Amino acid sequence: MTEAITLVVNGVHHELEVEPRRMLVQVIREDLDLTGTHIGCDTSQCGACTVLVDGQAVKSCTMLAVQADGSSITTIEGMANDGQLHPLQVGFWEKHGLQCGFCTPGMIMAAADLLARNPDPTDQEIRHAIEGNVCRCTGYQNIVAAIREAASLMAAGGTSAGAAG
Amino acid sequence: MATTDVLGARIKRREDPRFITGGGNYLDDIKLPGMTHAVVLRSPYAHARIRSIDTSAARTMPGVLAVYAGQDLAGVNALPCAWAAGGVQNNLNTPRVLAIDTVRWTGDGVAMVVAETREQAVDAAEAISVDYEPLPAVVDAEKATAPGAPQLHENAPNNVCMHWTVGDAEGTARAIESAEIVVRQRIVNQRLIPNPMETRGAIGRWDPGTDEYTIWMTSQAPHVMRLLIAAFVLGVPEHKIRCISPDVGGGFGSKIFLYADMVLTAWASKQLGGRPVKFVETRRENYLATTHGRDHITDLEVAGTKDGTITALRVRTKANLGAYLSTIAPGIPTTLYGRLLSGVYAIPNIYCEVDGIYTNTAMVDAYRGAGRPEATYVVERAVDLFAREAGLDPAEVRRRNFIPPDAFPYQPAVLIGQAGYGLPYDSGNYRPALERALEMAGYTNLAAAKAEARARGKYLGAGISSYIEICGVAPSKWIGLPGEGWGAGLWESANIRMHLTGKVVVTTGSQNHGQGHETTMAQIVAAELGVPFEDVLVEHSDTQGTPFGYGTYGSRSAAVGGVAAQKAALKIKEKARRLAAHMLEASPDDVVFEAGRFYVKGSPDKVKTVQEVALAASVGYDLPEGMEPFLDETAYYDPPNCTFPFGTHVAIVEVDEETGAVDLVRYVGVDDVGRKINPMIVDGQLHGGIVQGVGQALWEGAVYGDDGQLLSGSMLDYALPRASWLPTFELDETVTPSPVNPLGVKGAGEAGTIGSAAAVVNAVVDALSPFGIRHLDMPLSAPKVWRAIHASEVQS
Ligand code: FES
Ligand code: FES
Repeated sequence: MTEAITLVVNGVHHELEVEPRRMLVQVIREDLDLTGTHIGCDTSQCGACTVLVDGQAVKSCTMLAVQADGSSITTIEGMANDGQLHPLQVGFWEKHGLQCGFCTPGMIMAAADLLARNPDPTDQEIRHAIEGNVCRCTGYQNIVAAIREAASLMAAGGTSAGAAG
Repeated sequence: MATTDVLGARIKRREDPRFITGGGNYLDDIKLPGMTHAVVLRSPYAHARIRSIDTSAARTMPGVLAVYAGQDLAGVNALPCAWAAGGVQNNLNTPRVLAIDTVRWTGDGVAMVVAETREQAVDAAEAISVDYEPLPAVVDAEKATAPGAPQLHENAPNNVCMHWTVGDAEGTARAIESAEIVVRQRIVNQRLIPNPMETRGAIGRWDPGTDEYTIWMTSQAPHVMRLLIAAFVLGVPEHKIRCISPDVGGGFGSKIFLYADMVLTAWASKQLGGRPVKFVETRRENYLATTHGRDHITDLEVAGTKDGTITALRVRTKANLGAYLSTIAPGIPTTLYGRLLSGVYAIPNIYCEVDGIYTNTAMVDAYRGAGRPEATYVVERAVDLFAREAGLDPAEVRRRNFIPPDAFPYQPAVLIGQAGYGLPYDSGNYRPALERALEMAGYTNLAAAKAEARARGKYLGAGISSYIEICGVAPSKWIGLPGEGWGAGLWESANIRMHLTGKVVVTTGSQNHGQGHETTMAQIVAAELGVPFEDVLVEHSDTQGTPFGYGTYGSRSAAVGGVAAQKAALKIKEKARRLAAHMLEASPDDVVFEAGRFYVKGSPDKVKTVQEVALAASVGYDLPEGMEPFLDETAYYDPPNCTFPFGTHVAIVEVDEETGAVDLVRYVGVDDVGRKINPMIVDGQLHGGIVQGVGQALWEGAVYGDDGQLLSGSMLDYALPRASWLPTFELDETVTPSPVNPLGVKGAGEAGTIGSAAAVVNAVVDALSPFGIRHLDMPLSAPKVWRAIHASEVQS
């Protein structure tokens, strides 16, 4: 038995038939082939699967696809605009905010949510905002620096993180 | 950027654009036509006999293509242990790809289902019924050797797998007996779960047309996996197997080893006529069945004089190896542990005994640092215990015992291996790193800082750790010696092809899973050839198309793999020089190379660029007599020695008396990793390494119940460090180039982890010294610290 749902993902409209038990992350990765969103755990702890649902960071492994019906979703693949990297992507690249890259999409999405709410966060606010995202490689040092960098790029360039969401 | 500046530059990473846009290609992202999905049914018991397995119901479930139990794979050999160091001979026990009669740890695989979808495979696995006869289990290395303990393997009485010693037993005993001060302490280096953010997995595909296997794997060492699968497990020759590591989401050692699923997926694909079979672990399976690290129980004795000279260190360690031997398990608590027990100190007498023990737990093998963090923890705790007993400042005791800078190369007796082959510490100057770290940490104002914290209801402590690491683990002559090493080399290789347009393709046998090889290897080659960094492409991690390499671990990719790439570039340059001479109508001896240009000595206007030479070599119609066309060179590099980075870390903590909570308020590190290829990447390696050691000191720990159930079996129960628990690190460097290799690099991948756990524990113990507490075992969780404060006789 499947249910019909509608999702707008990275600006593209999708009509989908999904089993009610399928998680949003499965639909994103398997049905839509957007494999930038990762799965790192089975207890909603790691944040590797974080996407924006109607502008808010959500762990897509904890949301059923049917719950997302009608919503607008941004994944890491939707962050760059016309080949122009999002300031967070620039920040992560500039500040070496990633090593293996596995946590990175989720980190960037969690940070996008933060910067939309708080365009000029302190280091402590950044650290709290990404508490639900585990990175095993970087020790978070350069992730904090990357998000700070993105905040100043956005302040300088007037780009709002909300635009991505 | 001038091409000559490329080495040592903070160049942004080549690999990042794909990762920051979601374009990475990790194992689970791979979709192949006809893909099937495998799920492994795992034992719920830590120790049990399998009476029978009934797979009949599972076979009839929707979408199920096959169900296999251990018997079905009786013709497939057990996985090999490639490093039977430490005297493991007649009691070497390694896992089968699926257990046949007996399961020996919770998570041991007993059956595998292959189905059209993963969900169908999960459902079918639940329909398999296994009749187990539970047996008593033992999870603790000490209890496992006690009389009457459950026995895991018939050939290993008392569960002892190996007994290994290093050093001078008699001399050390005499020095301890006659010493003015002797301190004894039991310390536990708890079991850790590596937790790369990407779990492990494999996709096997057999090609019916060619009888060849392709195995995609989340491996740090695809060439070695091919070798092991071919030579030991499947009996299929190497040239019929291709191993590919796609993008790999971290490893930290746990992805070095040969795992059952690599073999199972390939084997099953053949049974299924060539349909690809994908297996991806869940996180829970990663906790249960991927290798763990550490797990030592150690009794240490440190002895010396009242004025602070350490004269002897004696160490007895029980190393828990788990239920079977993983690929290189015996080498970790022996060669990579006992041989580092001199640390950065000139300790005249050292003796170490290690017992490797089987228990009903997941296999233990290398985890970031692999033996060296355990050794450093012993040494650095011993120094602090000794300083405390002598009533001296721990910094002063370190100064007094450091190997002096004029003593290099310095040969610690414990690093003289079998057959008298010794590895001297290559270079070092330990005091400047210590002094700089103390200065940054404000160590001289410690008393005032403690008083200030007390006024806020906190106990402040500072902890020092002056570590040394063995990096660039290689010399084949050393690591290959049976008994000491693993009967094979650890050289690395690289191939460079310079194409017609002057663009360069480097293939390396090293494997990149976050370390940035695509960037740093390109920096090395661009600098050597004098070509733009952008013109150099680095390919890796596919046994088809890259030269053999032993893989990435042991902080060896720069110091071994990087040097191989440099050597290949030198060969290219040498051939190009001969061709340039031909083009310039000069004698090769008169042609010099500078920044990508060849010119005739004395006439710098007669020039051929390396790109022009590459074009001439490629079109190849006007070459000197006997020269082969094309610039294409392969180099193999086997270094004469390891490298020995070092440094001093200082942790400052505050302990809350009311709750026992430990707050890491500052972390200072001064590291000397030799010359740096890309300092930005080195910093990143240090950061991540430090946090893994801090994690061990304060939060992490694998916990088994006495019945062998893994209680810390999910991310909810195993405390991985979070961003908000950590301060911003304060790092500085000293630079003592390594004389071992022409790049002068040492290595940095594990340094942070090796140094940090002891720094943090020393700090917490210092903070708790007003309570008379002289040692606490990791992790220093709030309840543990609170209990220690409240159990203390001394009320501050
Ligand atoms: S996959 Fe770990 S939180 Fe979603
Ligand atoms: S970069 Fe590897 S987990 Fe964050």
